[in-house]
Formats: sequence, structure tokens, C-alpha cells
Amino acid sequence: MAEFFEQTLQPHFNFWIYVILMMIGLWALIAKNNLIKKLIGMSIFQTAIILFYVSLGVKEDATIPILDPYGQAEHAAAEAEGAETEGEKKRDSYIGKKSPDPDTMANPLPHVLMLTAIVVGVATLGVALSIAQMIFKEFGSLEEDEILEIVKGGSVDD
Amino acid sequence: MRLPNMFAIIAVVITGGILLYGVSDFPSFGDPKSPANAAVPGSESVSQYFITKSYKDTKVPNLVTSVLADYRGYDTMFETVVIFAAGMAIFAILGSVGGGSQPRVQEEGPSFVDGDHSRIIVGTTCRLLVPVIQVFALYVIGHGHYSPGGGFQGGVILAASFIIIALSSDLDAALRRLSEVNYLRLACVGILIYAGFGVLCQVLESNFLDYGVLQPILLTDGPEMARSHSMLGVEIGVAFTVTAIMFAIYANLSSRGTLRDGL
Repeated sequence: MAEFFEQTLQPHFNFWIYVILMMIGLWALIAKNNLIKKLIGMSIFQTAIILFYVSLGVKEDATIPILDPYGQAEHAAAEAEGAETEGEKKRDSYIGKKSPDPDTMANPLPHVLMLTAIVVGVATLGVALSIAQMIFKEFGSLEEDEILEIVKGGSVDD
Repeated sequence: MRLPNMFAIIAVVITGGILLYGVSDFPSFGDPKSPANAAVPGSESVSQYFITKSYKDTKVPNLVTSVLADYRGYDTMFETVVIFAAGMAIFAILGSVGGGSQPRVQEEGPSFVDGDHSRIIVGTTCRLLVPVIQVFALYVIGHGHYSPGGGFQGGVILAASFIIIALSSDLDAALRRLSEVNYLRLACVGILIYAGFGVLCQVLESNFLDYGVLQPILLTDGPEMARSHSMLGVEIGVAFTVTAIMFAIYANLSSRGTLRDGL
């Protein structure tokens, strides 16, 4: 058990959480009867995938992918310690004389891709909610089995 | 237990089991040498290129913005079109385009202070909050190069300020400030700004959305700064569309497409 925890669960705990979240969403999509609850499940599913991608870009001890073009933070910290040269060196590295070390910054690519995915998520959710609203207007219900009964019974007015 | 739920349990357990089994081959959390973060030894991965070179290419410190609006400019442009198309789909489904054909009586709603006493606290708080939210939204849009932010985020915050007006009094109060015609115009203008930057580059005999050639027009120090300023331009276009469509989604959904009364 301890071996399982250390070798399988601990290095991949983030992926385990996303798989569990994803399955909660999938369960809601398949098993729930109410259309709004299905949409909530879809959103949970999307959130799990977004978290999964963002976690792929995480690097240990890395900062956000925003450069400090004038090195103000490092400069101030170095000045406070009296190490002027260290701050100058770091500032130069950011102005472009030297490239920043890729291992010190989180991977920006998943962030960009997930910005895109969030936008698609909002768009699909908005369209889905408007369709649900029209279904409610038409059938007077958001329960899947009641709608199916009305459709099969052919008791819709028009 | 109903039969469909049995199928759902089986499907969820099998899918989850396969995914959990596959997860054990993944790199561990926070590994800087994982395939997504670093390429095979001897070559540079795309993300490493973005981190090491994008400041030289674009002079934009926020790497996410530079990748979003420059390297992946096509993607972001059609992302804005996706938002626009979603807004149009909601109009088509809920049928609000042309729905306001009967002239609406534009009476002045009850003011927060002397008319509607049930909303005096909510109304006053929102009246004080809305300008702060809008200024912050403009900061997020305009400062997206240098700090976390950009067109999508700032546009959503700006739309939230209009939604707060609609929530605190009623939908008419928000529509008086951003009417249906105006938000549709705003959505179109946003996309036209973005596509206009691309076409302008083509007119100047370069590739679509290759901002570097805009240097003579934007009067910048070099092609890198032209890229930086063009990114601000397209972010503003994105913010227009996102603001308009987010508010349109709220206005149409909360009033069932009639744009009247609201919640």
C-alpha cells in the first residue's frame, strides 16, 4: 500500500484528480435526467481537461511566464542585500543580452491553448443554455424522460 | 436502480479505469524535463523557443500574450469568430433579432435613491462599484502585455459591469447604456479590427497578421515594437467582441430572447 502510494499515486496525484473529476462529469452527462444537470456535467468535464493541460506546463520552482523586462524585482532584492552586481547581471539577462532559462518559467503554451478552450467552453455553454430554454418553452419540462414521452406520444400541439 | 444508470456506471468505471492505468506512464507533476516542457536532447522545443526568444521577437514581456496574439494569431482570430458565432447562434435560437419591432416605451426607471426603496442598498453599492470594475477592465485590456490579462479577460470583466447594472436594477437599465443595436455593432467592429490588422499587413505586401511590416504606419522604433503595438490593437478588437457577446448572452438568456424585464 505504501509502495503504491509513493510510486504511483504521489507523482501523479494531479492526473488522478483530473480523471476523477472527468468521470464525475461523464457520469452526469450520461446518467442525469435533467438537461441542466447534463450541462453542469459537461462543464465539469471541460474544467478537468483544462486543469490537466495547465498542470502539464507546471515546472517545479518555476515562476509565471511573464518576463520582468527591466529586472526590477531582482534588482531591488539584490540592492537590499548589497549585491549590486548580481542584480545587474539578472537585469541584463532579461533585457535580451542573455535568454532566460526555460526551466525557471512555466510553460506558456498550455496556458494559451487553455485560454482558447475556456472561450470555446463559454460559447458552447451559452448556446446549450439557449437551446435548453427553447426546449423548456416547447415542452414545458427539462426532464429527459418527460420530453421523450411527449415526443413519442405525439401530443405536441404544432 | 434503473437500467440506463447501470450502463452509465459500467461506462464510467471502464473509461476511468483505462485513464487511470494510462496515467501511470505520465511524467510526474512539476517535472521541467517532461516531454511537454522540454524537447528531446539536442533540439529546442516550441515552448522553450517561446520562453527564450519571444521577447527578442516581439518585445512583449507577457509570453502568453505574445504567443496568443502573434505566433498563434490565426487561432486567436478565429477564436474571436467562435465567440461571435456563438452570439449569433443564440440570437437565431432565441429569436431576438427583429423581436423588438414594437417600439418600447422608454420611460425613466425608478431611481435608486427616491423611487425603489427595496433596492437602495444594492443599487447604491452597484453604482459605486461599476466605474471601478470598468476602469479595472480597461487596465486588464491595456496592460495585457506586461501583466496577466488581455482582451478575453478584460472583455469579460467589462461585460460583467453591464451585467451588474442589469442585476441591480433591471435589464432595461443596462440596455439603455448598451442597446441591442450597439452591442451587435460592437461585436462586428471587434472582429473587423482584428481582421483589419491582418489585411493591412497583406496590403503592405506581407503575410496575413505579420505585424512587423506595420512599422512605418505605427511609427515605432523597429518591427518588434510594431508587433507589440499591433498586439495591443488586436487585443482591443478581441475585447470589443467579447464584451458585446458576453452581455448579449446574458441579456438574451435572462429575458428568454425578448430583451424585456430580465431576471
